[in-house]
Amino acid sequence: MNPFAEYLIAALLLLGGAFSLIGALGLARLPDFFTRLHGPTKATTLGVGAIVVSSVLYFSSLGEGIGISEILITVFLFLTAPVSANMLAKAAMHIGVKTTDDTRGNPWEQ
Amino acid sequence: MLDRLGFPQPWLSALLFVTWQFLSEGVSGASIVMGLVLAMVIPQITHGFWPERPAFVKAWKMPAYLLIVLKDIVAASFSVARLILSPRPPRPVFVCYPLQLEHPLAISILASTISLTPGTVSADVSDDQTLLLIHALDAESDQEIIDAIHQRYEKRLMEMFQ
Repeated sequence: MNPFAEYLIAALLLLGGAFSLIGALGLARLPDFFTRLHGPTKATTLGVGAIVVSSVLYFSSLGEGIGISEILITVFLFLTAPVSANMLAKAAMHIGVKTTDDTRGNPWEQ
Repeated sequence: MLDRLGFPQPWLSALLFVTWQFLSEGVSGASIVMGLVLAMVIPQITHGFWPERPAFVKAWKMPAYLLIVLKDIVAASFSVARLILSPRPPRPVFVCYPLQLEHPLAISILASTISLTPGTVSADVSDDQTLLLIHALDAESDQEIIDAIHQRYEKRLMEMFQ
């Protein structure tokens, strides 16, 4: 395999792993439900994105054609992540989850 | 004519058909038949959820928009990562965003964009579809967020849909 491709793939894997780890740390460190929602839906988006890109690069550098299925995984991930985040936020607002005291503004009632 | 053939949503049907070809290993007779069946059945089952036909006026502006969103996801992921790792507590805020978009599909694209770009989650839409409730992880002021979303995303979506 091309050494340049190898370095690039390794770098992307490290980046993806780092972002997934930071997303998990965010889940543990952030103060309330709504802020915790940001960690896993976001930092992880880039984490999985980087890992998928490295997978595409790996299989295309082996000469097995471009991995369409990896691209589809990314598309589905990007389609579903906002929907689940929205559902979680709505459910939390519905049952009135407490926010931290320094949150400005209020979730509305309707 | 497409309506009578059982394709009330031609674009959705085309998308489903193409996606199915990618999902099944290689294009074959079976995958084409299955793709056609899915392209007919799924739009009809989900018909009730589509209030009207999507009015995409300038669909060719979509790739540029997606590139901007992708760039923002990468840039903002780094800032969220830095915030998580820094000892400073975040400054979360709920913002009411006044929507200028009117089309339901455009609003849901904007809401998804807001949720995908790190630092903001769209939590709810008001019943009359004029306000979007956004939770931001770390912000100086409400106005800063409203301006950023309007400049970067809503303006471009308005060009596409109106």
